[in-house]
Amino acid sequence: MPLCLTGILTMQYQYRTAAELLELCRSHSLSVAELTVRGEVENGMASREEIESRMLTYYRSMKDSVHKGLQITERSRSGLSGGDSRRVLAHSSGPNPSALGATFERCIAYALAVLETNAAFGRIVATPTAGSAGICPACLLTWQEERKATDKVTMQGLFTAAGIGRVIGLGACFSGARGGCQAEVGSASAMAAAAICELDGGSPEDVVHAAALALQNTLGLICDPIGGYVEAPCMMRNGLFGLHSFGAAAVALSGVRSIVPFDEVVSVLREVGNKMPRIYKETAEGGLATTPTGLQFLRHPKPAGDRGFKASQWPQPEA
Amino acid sequence: MRIFEIIGPSMIGPSSSHTAGACRLGWVARELLGEIPTEVIVGLHGSFWATGDGHGTKEAITAGLLGFAPDDERLIQAPVLAREAGMTVHFDFLDLGPQAHPNSVRLQLRGANREVALIGSSVGGGNVCVQEIDELPVDIRGTLVTLILWHQDTPGFLAGITAVLACVQINVATIRTSRLQRGEEAITAIEVDGAVPREVSALLQKASAIERIVCLSVLPGF
Repeated sequence: MPLCLTGILTMQYQYRTAAELLELCRSHSLSVAELTVRGEVENGMASREEIESRMLTYYRSMKDSVHKGLQITERSRSGLSGGDSRRVLAHSSGPNPSALGATFERCIAYALAVLETNAAFGRIVATPTAGSAGICPACLLTWQEERKATDKVTMQGLFTAAGIGRVIGLGACFSGARGGCQAEVGSASAMAAAAICELDGGSPEDVVHAAALALQNTLGLICDPIGGYVEAPCMMRNGLFGLHSFGAAAVALSGVRSIVPFDEVVSVLREVGNKMPRIYKETAEGGLATTPTGLQFLRHPKPAGDRGFKASQWPQPEA
Repeated sequence: MRIFEIIGPSMIGPSSSHTAGACRLGWVARELLGEIPTEVIVGLHGSFWATGDGHGTKEAITAGLLGFAPDDERLIQAPVLAREAGMTVHFDFLDLGPQAHPNSVRLQLRGANREVALIGSSVGGGNVCVQEIDELPVDIRGTLVTLILWHQDTPGFLAGITAVLACVQINVATIRTSRLQRGEEAITAIEVDGAVPREVSALLQKASAIERIVCLSVLPGF
């Protein structure tokens, strides 16, 4: 129920910027995750129990999308993906693991798996979008396995991620069509960095810096999906930016600070997104999509022209 | 911006804007019609037309028209299921102009009793925005319960409506009325916090200027 005092709605846990978020965490002695949950409860649409149970369902659904993707052996409709997550997972447990180590090779496989499920018309949780849906699940599942934590504990990271995502969503956007890949994969990477940082005991300040460090390294990233499909380079961007999130979280936990505060990084995200040419915003008209190889996957649907009917008129029944 | 606008929706891939958002727009259209659509014309603008095929955009819109949520695993079979349900869906190219969002759609629905038309966009992360209903401008996001009233533009209309809502302690978040000309047909969209009891809609329906009311629930997945 909304708090109703003398007819005025009093809201205590709402914020639009990271500066406001940090001030609220300080003054109420709350983690980013807890502040985010309280803010949502305060909005009056659902109880704490409902919100937590839904988030737990989402986390389990994310894990399902990882496991489902790891089973995929055939290529997708476009032929651009399928079977890669299996390959990386097999390598991680094979006789010759890379210097990266099995844990983080698995992290890559998990993120690829979500995108493979996605490409196969399977169920995923957009975090914050479908094209960037692999990063948070991969990072959280890797963290959970490494720390031997329960789903309930690990799921708290999604509230941290949502709290940071809110600042990006309000200050910029999540849409590749409006802001390029930096708005999708960049946002997801910042959200995952924040989540892991808080789960590993980072203070709200560490969390915000982890997000700032992750986000600033994705600025300018274009959305150039080959053939217009959410597969390449999307899948590998998920796989490799998951590692980037772990890096940003580790750096922030060490006490290193982002020179430019998170709110300013978010405004750069918006500025770069606005100035980015249209061809780099999910149109498949530039970047990797228009390389000689990329063009081989492009299909050109033709406008209807004089065929059939105009979309504003009811078609006449055929004689 | 609420938590489940950022984490979520739970959805069938591959694209939050081209698949989940498209499904939600179909879903809203069905709700606005207020009955089962029998014939639907879908005009796909911009990227919806250009890259929709690889993203299951047509399947997703059809799924929404069938009342499926974006995470319903029947989504990809929607065209077949629509045919079986006696629903005809036509798709075509549509140019809404350079100002329109690249992922936009115009939906015209016909049911047994009425028709409705809307223009909406999928604005990222599965979030949508309905910009036009029956050629009148609106701004409906579906993150809150929204009362949509088709009515005559008459003096004191809004005062009467908000008085009813005030009596039952329903807090209005946003309100917008659009009309073509003074005294003519108008649409008012009222976003409220929390639910609207059925009796309230029934009470509002009694206002003489009101032609029709739809109480649009929060979109599936929010």
